[in-house]
Amino acid sequence: MLLQFTNKGIYCPQAALYIDPWKPVNKAIITHAHSDHARYGNKNYLAHTHSENILKHRLGNIAIETLAYNQPININGVTISLHPAGHIIGSAQVRLAYKNEVWVVSGDYKVKHDGYTVPFEPIKCNHFITESTFGLPIYDFPETESVNLKMNNWVKQNASEGLNSVLIGYALGKAQRILKGLDTDLPILLHNTIYQTNEALQFDNSRYLKFNTDYKNDNKNPHIILATSSVLGTSWLKRFEDYKIAMCSGWMQLRGTRRRQNLDIGFVMSDHADWQSLNYAVQATGAENVYVTHGYKSLYSKWLREEYKLNAVEIDTLFEGESVNKSMDEDGQEEKQILMP
Amino acid sequence: MKNFCDLINQLDETTKTNAKIAALAQYFETEDEKNTTWAIALLTGKRPKRPIKTADLKIWATELAQIPYWLFDECYHVVGDLSETISLVISSKSNGYNIALHKIMEEILAIYKQTDTQKKEWLFTYWENLVPNELFIFNKLLSGNFRIGVSQQLVYKALAKVHNLDDKIITHKLMGNWLPQQQTISDLLHNADASDFSKPYPFYLAYPLDKPFDDLGNLADWQIERKYDGIRGQLICRNNEINCWSRGEELMTEKFIEFQDLINQLPNGVVLDGEILPFKNGKMQSFNEMQKRIGRKNVSKKMLQDVPLCMICYDILEYNNEDIRTLPLMERRKILENLLANYPNNLLHLSPVLITDNWENLNNLRQEAKMLGCEGLMLKNKNSVYETGRRRGNWWKWKVEPYTIDAVMLYAQAGHGRRANLFTDYTFAIWDNDLLVPFAKAYSGLTDKEILEVDAWVKKNTKEKFGPVRSVKPELVFELAFEGINLSPRHKSGIALRFPRIARWRKDKKLEEINTKQDLLDLLNSTNLPLASANEE
Repeated sequence: MLLQFTNKGIYCPQAALYIDPWKPVNKAIITHAHSDHARYGNKNYLAHTHSENILKHRLGNIAIETLAYNQPININGVTISLHPAGHIIGSAQVRLAYKNEVWVVSGDYKVKHDGYTVPFEPIKCNHFITESTFGLPIYDFPETESVNLKMNNWVKQNASEGLNSVLIGYALGKAQRILKGLDTDLPILLHNTIYQTNEALQFDNSRYLKFNTDYKNDNKNPHIILATSSVLGTSWLKRFEDYKIAMCSGWMQLRGTRRRQNLDIGFVMSDHADWQSLNYAVQATGAENVYVTHGYKSLYSKWLREEYKLNAVEIDTLFEGESVNKSMDEDGQEEKQILMP
Repeated sequence: MKNFCDLINQLDETTKTNAKIAALAQYFETEDEKNTTWAIALLTGKRPKRPIKTADLKIWATELAQIPYWLFDECYHVVGDLSETISLVISSKSNGYNIALHKIMEEILAIYKQTDTQKKEWLFTYWENLVPNELFIFNKLLSGNFRIGVSQQLVYKALAKVHNLDDKIITHKLMGNWLPQQQTISDLLHNADASDFSKPYPFYLAYPLDKPFDDLGNLADWQIERKYDGIRGQLICRNNEINCWSRGEELMTEKFIEFQDLINQLPNGVVLDGEILPFKNGKMQSFNEMQKRIGRKNVSKKMLQDVPLCMICYDILEYNNEDIRTLPLMERRKILENLLANYPNNLLHLSPVLITDNWENLNNLRQEAKMLGCEGLMLKNKNSVYETGRRRGNWWKWKVEPYTIDAVMLYAQAGHGRRANLFTDYTFAIWDNDLLVPFAKAYSGLTDKEILEVDAWVKKNTKEKFGPVRSVKPELVFELAFEGINLSPRHKSGIALRFPRIARWRKDKKLEEINTKQDLLDLLNSTNLPLASANEE
C-alpha cells in the first residue's frame, strides 16, 4: 500500500512524508490551512502556493515549500501533485502515484462553486480518501447565488428598519466568501481576526472597517458586522444593538442547530461537500477503494458499499465530531463540530 | 399555504414578543378568513387526527427519496424531527404549489378515511410539489403535533389587536370545542353561540412563590389550601349536561365518566374549578393510579372500580348561569361551600382551608405535604378575582422541595428538536447490592455548557451502540430530583419515580457513593398516603 493510516496521520513510506499529520513529523504535506489540518511543529511543510502566507500567519516562521495546482514533483519515485479541492483558498487534494497505484487524499472539499475559491476537480485514482462531514441525505446545500441573494435581502431589510446586521462565519474561508457575496453600499465592519486573516490572504481590505481601530459607538447608521462564532453569547455584541444576527454554515440546514444558537436566521453556506456532491465526487474519481474520514464515516461508508458496491471503509482520524478537542481554536474545528454558545 | 408558511417563518425568526404579535396580527388582517381560522386553530393546539401512520410516512419517504430505510432512520436520529427529516431527504426542486391552507386541512380531514393507495398518491402530489420549507410545515400538519415557538397567549393578543377586543374575552371565546371547518373566527368572536353548553372558562394559574412572606402582608388576607397532585379540571353543569375539561383544554367528559352521575345531583348553570384525582375508601390515591385513567381511551367497569375519581373543589366560576369570576374569592368560596353543603354527593369534596396564626407555622404545614401526597400549599388572596392565565400577585403556589438521589449515568441518547444531535437524554442507575440497576430517565436540568461537556464525554466513553442509544462507562454521577415514588412492575428496578430530572452534576462524587435501591424502598415506605380530607379546618 502506498499510503498507511498511522497514529500520526496518513503516511507514505515510499516518499517518507505525512499528509495533514496531527503529531510533529519531518515532512508534511498540508491540504489546507485550517488548524485541524495544519498543525504546529513539523520540520518541513509542503502546501499550495496560496496557503503559504496564511500558514505562516498562523504557524509562525515555518520551513515551507509550495506548489501550484497540477505541477507534479517526484520524491523517491512517487509522483506527487496538488489539485483544487474547492474548500477554501489554497486548499488542495493530494495525488500520489507509484507504479500502478494512484491515491488521492482529498482533504476537505466542496464541489459547488463558491464564487471565490478555485473549483474542485475530480481526479481519477484507485484509492480515494474522502471526508464525510455532511455525509447524510439531509444535507442538500443551495447554490451560492441563491444563498447570497437571501443574505443580501436580509441585510437590506434590516437596514430599512434601521437595524445592524451581524453575520457569523469562520475567519478563514467563510468570511471571504461572505464578503464576496455581499452586494451592498452599507459600511462593513470586520472582527479583528477576520481583518488579519484577510491581510494574510492578501484579500483586499480597503473596502472594510477594522473593529478595534475604525469602530465608533456613536455611529447610528446601519452597519454590517462580520464576526467569528467566538462572539456568540458574549457582551461584545451588545454594542451593536439593535441588530439581527445570522450564522453562515452548513449546519444551518437543521432547524435544531439554528434554534439553539439563538439566531434570527441561518444561511446554509458550507465549504464542505453535501450529500449529492460527495456521491458525485466519489464516483467521478472512478476509485474502487474509498476511505471515509471525519463526519458520518460509518454511515457513509456503508452507503458506498451498498449503493455503489465500492470497497469502502471508515478511517479513524483525530479530528472529528466524535472527539471534540477543546483546545482547538474555533475555526480549527471549522464546521466539523456543531457549535453551541 | 404560502402565506401561512411565511408567517411561521417570521415567528420562527424572531424571539421578540412584539414582533411575533405584529406578524400574527398582519396575517390575521390580510389573509382570507377561512385560512386564518385554521391557522388560529393550529396555533392554539387544535389539530385534526393524524391521517397517516408514522410508519407509512417513513416508508413512503424513503421510497420517494430513493434511500434505504436504515439511512432514513439514521437521518431521523440526527435531525430529531420526523417532519423535518422527510422534508430534507425528499429535497424537492419544485417551484411551489399554490394551495390554500384551509383546502389542505379539509383534504387532511378527508384523506383519513381513504385507502392506503389513495393516501400515498395524495401525499406524493404534495411531497413532489411543495418547496422545502412548505414541505416541512405540510408534514407538521400531518403529524398531528404542530408546535411552533408561539404561545396561545400571543395568538390571543394578536387577535385582540385585530378585532379590537380584550384578550381575556378572546381567550374565553376560543376555549372549548369549536371546529375550524364549521365556524369562522368572526363567528366565534362576534356571534354568541348559546348552543355550546360545554364551553369552559380560561383557567387562572398561580405563580411559584418567589418572595419573602413580608411582602405578602397579613396572613389573614390569604386563603391557604393544600396543593393537590392530580389533574386540574373544570366541571361544567349546564342544560342537564356534565362536561369536564382538563387544564390542557382537553375534553375529559368521556374519560372521567363517573362525573355523569352528577347530572341530577347538581343544579344547572354551575362551573367548578378543582383537582381531579383518584379517591378510594376515603383515601386519596397517588398520581400513579391517576395515570392509569388518563392513558385509557375506554374506561372499563373494573377500572372505574379500581381507580374511582373525585374532584377536590376549590373555586366556582359560574353559579345560577351567571359568570361570577369577578366576585372576590371569599364570596365565591361561600357560594361553593353552600353549594356543596346543599347538594351532597360522593364525587365532589371541598378543598379544606388551612388555618394557622403565623407564617412559620405555615411553613411547617407545607413540609407535611409529601406525607399527605400533596405538592405543597396554595396561597390565594381572599379578595382576588378569578383571572385569566398565569398572573403574578394574588395566587401563589408554594411547593415543597423535591426528593433527591445520587445516581450514575448508564445510557445516553440524542435529544430531539433543539437538542437534536446532542446526547441529552440519559438513563440512570443505582446500586442493587453489587449490581447497577437502571431506574430512571431524565433529560432536563443541565446548562447548555454542561450538555456539551457530557455530550463529548459520552462520545469518548461509549461502550456499545444500540441504534440511537449508547451504553457508557458508569462514571458520571448526577443528583436527580423527583416528586414521588411508586412500585412499578413495568420497570426493571420495580420502582417508578414521578417527574425525575437532573438537579445537578455531582462531579465530586464517585460511583461507589451513589444511592442504593434500598434507599428508595425506605423512602417509599415512609410515604403512605393517609386520609385526605382530615379535619384541617
